[in-house]
Amino acid sequence: MAIDAATVRKVARLARIREPEERLEPLAQELNTIISWIEQLEEVDTDGVEPMTSVVAVALPLRDDVVTEGGDTSRILSNAPKSADGFFIVPKVVE
Amino acid sequence: MSEKSKLIQGRTGPWEIVLGLEIHAQVASNSKLFSGAAVGFGAGPNEQVALVDAAMPGMLPVINRHCVEQAVRAGLGLNAQINLWSRFDRKNYFYPDLPQGYQISQFKDPIVGEGIVEVERDDGTIFIVGVERLHLEQDAGKSIHDLDPNFTYVDLNRAGTALMEIVSKPDMRSSDEAASYVKKIRTILRYLGACDGDMEKGNLRADVNVSVRRPGAELGTRCEIKNVNSYRYIQQAIEYEARRQIEILEDGGSIHQETRLFDPTKIETRSMRSKEEAHDYRYFPDPDLLPLVLDPAWVQSIKDSLPELPDPKRKRFESQYGLSHYDAGVLVADQARAAFYEQAAAGRDAKLVANWTVNNLLGRLAENGGDIENSPIPPEDIAGLVKLIEDGVISSKIAKEVFDHMWAGEGTPAQVVEKFGLVQITDTGAIEASIDKIMAANPDKVEAAKERPQALGWFVGQVMRDTGGKANPAAVNEILKVKLGL
Amino acid sequence: MSDLTKLTLKAALAGLKARDFSSVDITKAHIEAIEQARGLNAYVLETPDQALAMAAESDARLARGEGGALEGAPLGIKDLFCTDGVRSTAASKILGNFVPAYESTVTSQLWRDGAVMLGKLNLDEFAMGSSNETSAFGPVINPWRRDGSDAALTPGGSSGGSAAATAADLCLAATATDTGGSIRQPAAFTGTVGIKPTYGRCSRWGIIAFASSLDQAGPIAKTVEDAAIMLRSMSGHDVKDSTSLPVEVPDFASYVGRSVKGLRIGVPKEYRVPGMPAEIEKLWADGIAWLKDAGCEIVEVSLPHTKYALPAYYIVAPAEASSNLARYDGMRYGLRAGGPSLTDVYEESRAQGFGEEVKRRILIGTYVLSAGYYDAYYLKAQKVRRRIADDFDQAWQTCDALLTPTAPSAAFALGEQSDDPIAMYLNDIFTVTTNLAGLPGLSLPAGRDAQGLPLGLQLIGRALDEGTLFSLAGALERAAGFTAKADRWW
Repeated sequence: MAIDAATVRKVARLARIREPEERLEPLAQELNTIISWIEQLEEVDTDGVEPMTSVVAVALPLRDDVVTEGGDTSRILSNAPKSADGFFIVPKVVE
Repeated sequence: MSEKSKLIQGRTGPWEIVLGLEIHAQVASNSKLFSGAAVGFGAGPNEQVALVDAAMPGMLPVINRHCVEQAVRAGLGLNAQINLWSRFDRKNYFYPDLPQGYQISQFKDPIVGEGIVEVERDDGTIFIVGVERLHLEQDAGKSIHDLDPNFTYVDLNRAGTALMEIVSKPDMRSSDEAASYVKKIRTILRYLGACDGDMEKGNLRADVNVSVRRPGAELGTRCEIKNVNSYRYIQQAIEYEARRQIEILEDGGSIHQETRLFDPTKIETRSMRSKEEAHDYRYFPDPDLLPLVLDPAWVQSIKDSLPELPDPKRKRFESQYGLSHYDAGVLVADQARAAFYEQAAAGRDAKLVANWTVNNLLGRLAENGGDIENSPIPPEDIAGLVKLIEDGVISSKIAKEVFDHMWAGEGTPAQVVEKFGLVQITDTGAIEASIDKIMAANPDKVEAAKERPQALGWFVGQVMRDTGGKANPAAVNEILKVKLGL
Repeated sequence: MSDLTKLTLKAALAGLKARDFSSVDITKAHIEAIEQARGLNAYVLETPDQALAMAAESDARLARGEGGALEGAPLGIKDLFCTDGVRSTAASKILGNFVPAYESTVTSQLWRDGAVMLGKLNLDEFAMGSSNETSAFGPVINPWRRDGSDAALTPGGSSGGSAAATAADLCLAATATDTGGSIRQPAAFTGTVGIKPTYGRCSRWGIIAFASSLDQAGPIAKTVEDAAIMLRSMSGHDVKDSTSLPVEVPDFASYVGRSVKGLRIGVPKEYRVPGMPAEIEKLWADGIAWLKDAGCEIVEVSLPHTKYALPAYYIVAPAEASSNLARYDGMRYGLRAGGPSLTDVYEESRAQGFGEEVKRRILIGTYVLSAGYYDAYYLKAQKVRRRIADDFDQAWQTCDALLTPTAPSAAFALGEQSDDPIAMYLNDIFTVTTNLAGLPGLSLPAGRDAQGLPLGLQLIGRALDEGTLFSLAGALERAAGFTAKADRWW
């Protein structure tokens, strides 16, 4: 499956990473090299094989419904690029 | 099967609306689905946020047993299949109120599978809505856009709260059916204690999928109206959207599948511009969470502990108490109401208790914007009132007066009757005396009564007035008839 | 004073306990050594004040006859572990000056046991790399040089800083993480011992995530026994990590020195790759001979899906990473750039904040998960992963552990492989299988190549059987007699 510049643009947008126009073609080539190399997996017969969803063979542990955290806004906001009155302040969303 | 009455008449012929709903119900719990932060309304911004909720580097989710239990309860209440093995997936997209850049949800393997809900229309007929699935997922935080012209303020208190998403099959055919379905789901969830159903707080909200088609044709393209949080808005949104789609189709256009918002002030839906590119959520199983495996014995114990649900309770009220379908329905619409009624009805005339509860108490509560939980009259006092009627101590008419005093907090029924001297007069001597007095004062009417027996009513009224309403009306009738020679 | 930095962790702990010297003494010695070794660029953040304060507290405890398993020992911490009140960066610009208000479980256990923090160690950005050349702080230089050459060599990656610091005696031992080989390969390149334990043995809480189903914390140390001592303190079930195993932590050090007689050692034939350097072949043969001498039975085994491990890894790891790194968006912490719209800020912050290799992997990961490709790539890779795990299960029927080389070459020069991503990826060819299968893998130095550079051998074990690995590694360590240290040029 060949990746072209348009695909790179689309994927970069999905990943929210700005890639300048001039990088799209070189990136497409780099990614294509990697993807073609990855495609050798097609040789493997995986009919009837269950995907490995977890490395450990235990079930999901459940915790009690008690409040153990919260109340300290400084802990949450201390690294915020911009905050005020207890809120995170972020660029305007255009709805 | 569609009924002719539900079809919408377009310019070029009839159309059928097809509706499917995705209801998001906030799980009633102390802490969040994957973190130990508190859940609840009213805290200051970012005061109910754990490190996991803020998606700090290195943080990991741990699932809340109670939320899992509530999802199982809800599934059982929807007569649905409980999946003993289910998994969590990441739904990836970027938004400031979604700190992780993904929502932990369930995509391929939800905790609850197909179910069935019986819903009653306003006219009393029943229709079935199939449930596709119920799954658990995280709620997002809140973005506030109007505190600053250039910036959005983000509060993550709600981020990570447990939601149950209930997806219906596209089985509804009118806005009324949709609203009735939501009411039913809300009632079931409240009965189970799984969700408080508070739509004003946004704890229960619906995404409505609307499409139209010619009767008998293939399904049309649907549009999704997101986050509608009242019955009225649901109905208005559906009606507007159906008309919008019909107009487009009748003009020869086609419907683009899109997500829309309902504007309650303009009563219209509009397209969400930010969603112009179809979202690619890149679902994959969350590698921080193992599959959720439920012990069948645990599920059984949950099933055994379920309260009686509205439908079986309604049927029981009809058979055990002899109530009408309507009255039974009103009483079971809310679990607290039903409990109130049963407490009041114990050992009493069940139908009479129902009348007083439904017509008088609930009526008065509705007028005053209250609900049964803060009724000024406790169930034992309704019982007491009815007992006084049963024993003939007061008439039904006087009982209304007693009720008013009880509502005003002036005492138990017995106390009120005592205080205001409202004991019914059954003493025939006293009644006779009153009748004699009135007959003597109105000889012409006595004569006329012989010709017109309906005039009896006038005499009854006079006697009642003379006795301050306290005479036993039946006794008055009996004695008057004899004295008037009727 | 400087002799104190040459001690092994075990010897230092004994000396501290015996009050031969104080924790402040040995900590000061390390602080000095670090100052003089800045040319290696192993530390991205030195924390001398905090170290001395912690050392003083350790001395107080030691004076009272108290003390934990690591009391007073100065350690280096890979800057992927969040440390409370101390900047943590993952060697990336995107975290800016992020200061966590919480401590990772693994490091909190080290402090619980009395260790001292010298500083945060350099790494490939977000642990993505095999040469420590992708760090926003610049590359780490391997203390080892080729005989007669002063070309700067890579210490391997991603835990290049941890390996270089341990090899250059800039800490008694270091914490590291391994997602595809990031502990073992740098250990092999620097003549140190590194172990990636069974997946779930150590908690991932507070470790900046790269690929959740593959990441594991582990130590890099000077000797096998030192690594065992470190691993014991680092391990343990954590209720805050749902993938953490609810199992007891054995006294790993007690396994070092045990007889390995009768153990069956598997030699997987697929690890003999075409073009393998003769020196590495020879080292492998030496290792087999040493274990035979120690009483082991040697068995040839087959792991047929070995060659597919790297491609499978380069689907699964980038996919998980693309999602794990979505939180670095300039909204709640770290670098915020661009604007005024929200999309501008996302795209610009992430473009400026992430390095090229990280961006490449995020793009691959996003692509393989995107609509239409999930089945062909991610799902397929997870099925191949199951096949790889089954290969190991099959092998365990005839052997108790596997012996392989750790890396396909000795340390290479900086810049030598950084143009070709796939050449770089091939560095992990022997290590990545154990991450996919969740098994423990240990690397120890076993020989030197013709240019004097250290070479490592790898032992792979059954899940939760690190004990056997430590026993075998102890035997190999004795037999190999590798005691060389890099000649100090810094």
